[in-house]
Amino acid sequence: MTNISLNPQQPKTAAMAERMAEVSGRSLWADARTRFLRNKAAMVSLVVLILVALFAFFGQYLTPWDNETIDWNVLGNTKELGRPSLANGHYFGFGESGRDLYSRVVQGTQISLMVGVVGAAIAVIVGTIYGAVAGFVGGRVDSAMMRFVDIAMSIPYMFVLILLLVVFGRSIVMLFVGIGLTAWLDMSRIVRGQTLSIKNKEYIEAAVATGVPTFTIIRRHIVPNLLGVVAVYATLLVPSMILTESFISFLGLGVQEPLTSWGALISEGVKTMNYGMLWQLFFPLTFFVITIFAFFFIGDGLRDALDPKDR
Amino acid sequence: MSDETILKVDDLKVWFDVKKQGAMPWVKARKLKAIDGVSFELKAGETLGIVGESGCGKSTLARAVMQMLPVEAGSVVWLGAELVGLDTRHMRSHRKEMQMIFQDPLASLNPRMTIGQIIAEPLKTHFPSLSGDEMKKRVQDVLDTVGILPNLVNRYPHEFSGGQCQRIGIARALVVDPQLIICDEPVSALDVSIQAQVINLLMDLQKETGVALIFIAHDLSVVKHISDRVMVLYLGNVMEIAPARALYAKPMHPYTEALIAAVPIPDPKREKAKQIMLLDQDLPSPLDPPSGCVFRTRCPIAERRCAEEKPLLRDTGEDHKVACHLR
Ligand code: SF4
Repeated sequence: MTNISLNPQQPKTAAMAERMAEVSGRSLWADARTRFLRNKAAMVSLVVLILVALFAFFGQYLTPWDNETIDWNVLGNTKELGRPSLANGHYFGFGESGRDLYSRVVQGTQISLMVGVVGAAIAVIVGTIYGAVAGFVGGRVDSAMMRFVDIAMSIPYMFVLILLLVVFGRSIVMLFVGIGLTAWLDMSRIVRGQTLSIKNKEYIEAAVATGVPTFTIIRRHIVPNLLGVVAVYATLLVPSMILTESFISFLGLGVQEPLTSWGALISEGVKTMNYGMLWQLFFPLTFFVITIFAFFFIGDGLRDALDPKDR
Repeated sequence: MSDETILKVDDLKVWFDVKKQGAMPWVKARKLKAIDGVSFELKAGETLGIVGESGCGKSTLARAVMQMLPVEAGSVVWLGAELVGLDTRHMRSHRKEMQMIFQDPLASLNPRMTIGQIIAEPLKTHFPSLSGDEMKKRVQDVLDTVGILPNLVNRYPHEFSGGQCQRIGIARALVVDPQLIICDEPVSALDVSIQAQVINLLMDLQKETGVALIFIAHDLSVVKHISDRVMVLYLGNVMEIAPARALYAKPMHPYTEALIAAVPIPDPKREKAKQIMLLDQDLPSPLDPPSGCVFRTRCPIAERRCAEEKPLLRDTGEDHKVACHLR
């Protein structure tokens, strides 16, 4: 087995010729991007999501009606006069209390997306830091931190959330606090697990052996390898935040008038369903459903794209 | 090889605390004696092979020498300086003098970094004043030395084969001009033909740069080719340490004999005629090592004395040391 000798001459001459042209490599990120771009469901969802976001930001400019004015003529006879109509500019018709539904949906979209994105961001930041610290420090600190998470997780969070809103009043801030308090727990567990497995990789050991300072190891070796998982989980967290907020608003505890959200609009639409004013349910529900689906498909696409099989 | 001793390990002990899963906090941890009093020396430019079954403490020994694990007792003197108990900052200045290469070539390279960045990391850590161009030049030079085209610096580890990844690992170790490279089973994850290439590469590099090597492997045939001296470890204890030729020609410890017998002979007739001496039992738990000689539960010639008294490593002349009552 030992008679295969190395020929140092050959690569050297070849290197002279090729040293000029540096070959660029394909990073795991580039690979993931290609895989993601090839995923049709995820790409369609991305387009849908961008359209929904554009609708939230600029939708108001497309209509002459605002979301506050009550049309007293329509109020008594919404079923006949409040139908969706392109002619009078009330594209989605009127809502329950005589306001333009299109503008109300724009407003609801803004609030729901904000709750989703901000809620998920809080959860991701807190959860990632908490989990990474617990995982990297290890030992007793890790045990204490994770036992706390276990205990916090064993409390039914919907119960806590409703209690908070009832006791401290229904405000959007309280909603953020309530959702934020619970959503980071899962994230911290996932990040901790990931950190633990990265910590035991040989490239971390190699860095330690070389004498790379601890903080640099976290920044250069651990965080970049965590990002994939965090990105996937964050995209999946946004719809679950939106769902939670909608559920709370549907119960009437969440976003309060004059603000509104998808959940609140759907709740209103459900009440008038029996009177034949189905459009009041249809429009907010459609936005709600396609957005949730879009997020899930994108999350799925990201997971497939970032699948760490090749590590 | 010169006569200057660069590394002197004396009675090194590494113990781990082991607790049962889910044990109560006040339950006392048991001590796992991963390394239990190992001593050896290494001269400049020399290659020391370390052999033993998995679980005998080879890798622990390597990491203890590098001060990557807490040491229970003993001393590690590197170039005249005691390393045990040195603080992180002073230890860091020694880290560029001793480098390490690892068992799993791909896993030892960060998948998110290009090989150029990976090889430059030790440079960045120890020579932060180098300019980008100088660093790049140095990285390309070592890539050239290990037989990888220097224009591939922007590629990522997953674009290389196992053998190439190990070359990259060697380049990373080489880039700071170390005096010692500890190779922790550097070839056991590679194909046989690639193993030979990597070993030959290491030998060529040693000839060129005069770097000393500690070469860890789990079977004797791999270290035979590269080592000047070989140390046989069993359950954290040194069984035998001798110049490679003497060890293979005239093994003294029953455990070394068994290891040599386990290497297949590439001649069917002799292979058949060979007296089979297999180690039938499993390695005893290092948590609960046998009394006296740690090898006695598997030793074919064990006597009563072996259970009562621990054999010391004893010089039998010509640099051949063995730890056995009967040899
Ligand atoms: S000391 Fe006894 S048990 Fe140990 S190797 Fe020698 S003969 Fe075997």
